[in-house]
Formats: sequence, structure tokens, C-alpha cells
Amino acid sequence: MSTLFEKVWRLHEVVPETRDTPAVLYIDLHLTHEVTTPQAFDVLRERGWPVRRPDLTLATMDHSTPTRTEQVFGGAPISIESAAKQIRQLERNCAEFGIELLGLQHPLRGIVHVIGPELGLTQPGKTVVCGDSHTSTHGAFGALAFGIGSTEVAHVFATQCLLQRKPKTLAVEVSGKLRPGVTAKDLILAIIGELGVAGGTGHVIEYRGEAIRALDMEGRMTVCNMSIEAGARAGMIAPDETTYAWLKGRPRAPQGEAWEQAVERWNTLRTDPGAKFDRQVDLDANAIEPMITYGTNPGMVIPVTGSIPERRGEAAFDKALTYMGLEAGAPIRDRPVSVVFIGSCTNSRLSDLRDAARVLRGRRVARGVQMLVVPGSQQVKRAAEAEGLDRIFIEAGAEWRESGCSMCLGMNGDTVPAGHYSVSTSNRNFEGRQGAGARTLLASPLTAAASAVRGRVTDPRELLAG
Amino acid sequence: MQAMKLIRSQTVVLPLANIDTDQIIPARFLRATTRAGFGAHLFADWRYDSEGAPRPDFVLNQPSAKGCTVLVAGRNFGCGSSREHAAWALTDYGFRAVISTEFADIFRTNALKNGLVPVRVEEPVAEWLIAHPGSEVEIDLENTVLRFGEGQSVPFPIEPFARYCLLNGIDELGFLHSKLPEIEAFERTRQSI
Repeated sequence: MSTLFEKVWRLHEVVPETRDTPAVLYIDLHLTHEVTTPQAFDVLRERGWPVRRPDLTLATMDHSTPTRTEQVFGGAPISIESAAKQIRQLERNCAEFGIELLGLQHPLRGIVHVIGPELGLTQPGKTVVCGDSHTSTHGAFGALAFGIGSTEVAHVFATQCLLQRKPKTLAVEVSGKLRPGVTAKDLILAIIGELGVAGGTGHVIEYRGEAIRALDMEGRMTVCNMSIEAGARAGMIAPDETTYAWLKGRPRAPQGEAWEQAVERWNTLRTDPGAKFDRQVDLDANAIEPMITYGTNPGMVIPVTGSIPERRGEAAFDKALTYMGLEAGAPIRDRPVSVVFIGSCTNSRLSDLRDAARVLRGRRVARGVQMLVVPGSQQVKRAAEAEGLDRIFIEAGAEWRESGCSMCLGMNGDTVPAGHYSVSTSNRNFEGRQGAGARTLLASPLTAAASAVRGRVTDPRELLAG
Repeated sequence: MQAMKLIRSQTVVLPLANIDTDQIIPARFLRATTRAGFGAHLFADWRYDSEGAPRPDFVLNQPSAKGCTVLVAGRNFGCGSSREHAAWALTDYGFRAVISTEFADIFRTNALKNGLVPVRVEEPVAEWLIAHPGSEVEIDLENTVLRFGEGQSVPFPIEPFARYCLLNGIDELGFLHSKLPEIEAFERTRQSI
């Protein structure tokens, strides 16, 4: 009897771990981007080694890459010189080491965790790594996917393997059904609120239960994406018909007979009845409301209808509230906001943009609010435009950009000004994450769009009802 | 990598819990293409004001912090992003070890690969160290023991292979690369997934 994680782990053990040495774990898919690879390519160069399996490696640019159309397609120079240099460096490295690059103007470029699934490269049972902590996203397909540092990026380049200790397992069982206006983002924020930001440390989470099974693939990606915000090594969801329906026909998924055979194998990738997890946490989806963060880590989260808790005297808590300019005991609703960001590897897929458009259709972004809508990939961008979502955003007064990480991490020119409040669909509300002094409130695309319309933190159900 | 057996230093204390890698090194400094020079930006937004002047109340700007190579921090140090730049910033600044009750997984891995020793201690030890900033500590990697205070000592856990590599100045990639025959054999015989 094994858990899903244990089955995938065993399929990739080149050398099992011993007391003295970690396991040698095989990696099926290595996703790479411009920010965490330059130093790893240098390691290969110093030793005169090639990238061992360029066929299992894919590069794109997203983190320091601009989202302004004129800088991506219009021939305007990239406004940040060091970002331009990093982008050129990735182009040179990929050419030198023979790695496929979905470069700046490529029609398939996008955020690394959006394009892996979109291309059908992310598949059940694979091991997926990337020099980015939100690699946990790919676990939505029943892959074992986790973030690594640049030294480990070099390890995978050189050997297609990593030295790893086997993590523990944590079952997060979500019963019941999410209510209208409550999304996958609210669910994962509630889970992080329950576990705490270190609650998953050393563990791989398997999300289970009725509410998880009911999520579509994009919702499952949102949930797995933020596993790292609970400290977990990875998050996984067992593959099922929802997974196969989403994946079938994608260009790099198995085709024809190979597809049928793959599905047969993937059907074995579920936790056996009676298999033991090291820990289990239970939640009731019916009780979850639209959630929003008030502090400087994703565990500092409350229902949008709630009040900021009283934990005065705790140094980190007091510092967080001082940074945020918020008061213990005060309600979060109706707080004025000046920026709204829809995007990031957490919430930039088509269904996220549809959610935001549902709220914005026929409405306007409040005066004094800057709203940025940044699709997760160029494919998502074109799909959204084909449905006319871009026009809804632009007519509402929002900006519609090229794909990239954008305002999630303030290193590509898109930032929240110091002292300003931003309702963001991204994954981290750390101090300065969206720019030095920026104050981030993490929420779902519905809540973010509703807050843009009112110019204040808003429960999206108020706008969805009418 | 240089072999290391013993680290002896006075401590610098940052008692806050959940110090994330965006605090250790903000993303705007990640547009570099080498490993060098990140120490100048370590804890940049806590260390400097918006004009770039040192904030006198921040611990690293105080004279007592000069030359210290051991950082004591609140629980869950290094959470957040996988950026190895956080470990590079700490080592480039001069730190050789961080003591906390808990480390984020990816940060711990990155630290160990850069000769920065994550020393995990129980709550009472952390409380004592936080209450005694600038106290002398000794991190004995050979015996995996932390010595502090008036002759007190506690063992600390460390992954045995990482410890072996640190003690002998061995880099893990060399070991992994020596497994290429096993890796090739695995590729030839593995089950489809």
C-alpha cells in the first residue's frame, strides 16, 4: 500500500537513499528561465560539460521580462538594462547548450508554470523541477514537482538527476463543496491559514476529497501552486478524468495509441486505500468564504468579511501590521486600494481572466485605481482576446499586457508604489515583494476585480449577485 | 569548496519569525548573471532607507555586528522563493552559519551547497541565544554540536552527506556525476510513466 507520492518517487529512484547518502532521483522535465540559470550554465562551462538531456529541458523568459507590448514586440528597448542583459544571456546559453527556448517574441512564451501544462509537457507521474519555488504548480497533474536552487539546476543540467532525501507525506482532505463566489484561490488561502506558513515543511502534500475532485485543472493548479506558501516541498493531486480531458490533444502529450497506454498507467497513480500518510489535516469546503491576506505572509489570512486578529505583542505580527499600516481588530472590507493586479503563475490562466471579466463586464475600474491584467502566456492572451475578454478589461479602464510574472515580484518594471495597497491574485505578500514599500493583499481574481470596481476591498458576492 | 570543521563567532540576532528570501535579497537584485556581490544587498530594505542610507537601528548597521559570522534568527528562516541568491548574499556578506528553530526546505538545501551551515536548535536554546545577542558560540561540525553560554552544548541535526561534503570540502556535483553509469542504466531499463 502506497501513497501517490511514494509511487512516483519509487519510479524515479536511480539509487535509493541510505543512512549516509541521499537518493539519486531522476528528473523527467526540467523547466528553466532567465533568472536562476546564468550561474548554473557557468558551472557547466567551468567543467566543460554539456547539458546531458537537452531533450528533457525547456527554457522560457518570464521573471525579469517586460510586459509592455512596445518592449516585447514594438522594438522599444527593454527599459531595465540588467533585465535586457539577462534575457540576452539566456538566448546565448540556450544556443550554446542546445536547449529549446521559447524566447521573447515566441508565440508559445509565457510564465514557466503556465506553459509546461499548456504544452502538455507536464504529465501525471513525471518528476518536474525548475529553479522556482512555484514549480509545485505541476503537481496538479499528479506529477512530483518542486523548486530548486541554481546549484541544483546545474546538477540537473549535468546529470538529469538530483540528490534528494525522501520527504514525509501530508494529506489535506477537503470535504464538501465550495459555495458560489468562493474559488480555488480562497480554498488554498484557507488551507495555508490552517497549516501556517511552515506547516508543510519537510512534507509533500496530497490534496484529496470531494472539493478537490470537483476543481477544474486550472483550480487544481492554483491550489498546488501555493503549496510552497505552507512550506511544503510539493503538492499533488491524483490524476483523473478531469486531468485527462484537459491534457488530451495538447501538442506534447502522448498521442493516439500512446495516449491510451499512458492513461492506463496513469490510472494506477493514486493513493491505495489504507495507505498511511505521516499527517492528515481536514477542512470543510462549505465553511470557506472569499479570503484575503492582511499581513506580510500568506498565512496571515482572513475571510474578506472578517476582522484582523488581535495578536499584539508578537514581534513579527506587530511588525507586519506596522508595515501594512493596518490595525488589529479592524475589518478588512472597505479598505481603500490603489492597485489591482490580475496575473502570476497562481491566477493568470483563462478561467482566472474569465472570473475577472465576469465582475468587470459593463463596469469600470474606480477612479484612482491602476488595474493590470497580465495573462500567464501568449496562448492564454490569444484565447482571451478571441473571447473578447481584453475588450472588457480595456473598456473597464484596466491595462492589458503581454505575458510574464509582472507585478508578482517587482523585478521587471511592473511594481506597486511604496505605501500603496494592491489587491493581487499572486502568491506572496512579503514586505517589498511587489516593490519596495508595497502593501499586498492576496485574493482571488473575483475579489481583486470587485475591489478594482469599488476602489475598496470588496466581497465579490456583492457584485456577482446583482 | 573549502573544508570547514569549526565556526566560532559572536552572534548577530534577528529574532523575527518567517524571515523570507525576499527580505534576505529583494527580487530587483536578482538581475545579475554571476554569483558575486550579493552581500552588498543582503537585507537591503531593512538595512538601507529609500535613499540608500544605512538605517542605524538595523542590527547589521551596528558596530557590534562587525566581523560576526553567525546569524541567529526566528523560526522558519528562509521561507518563500527558491532563489539561491539568498544563500549567496549571506555568505558573500560573511556569514558561515544561521541558527534557528526551523529552516525552509529549499533554503536549507541551498545553504548547505554554499558552505553556509543551517543549525537547527530547540526553542529554549533559541530563546537563550535571542536573549543574549553578541554572545560567543561555537559550531562544531565534526561532532555536530553547538556550544554556547557558560559551557552549555547541544547536538544539532544535519543531513549526513551534506556534513561529509562540508567537512571534506567536497562538492556534491562531483559525487552525483560519478553516478552516471547508474543513471544511464536507469534510462535504459526504466518503466514508462
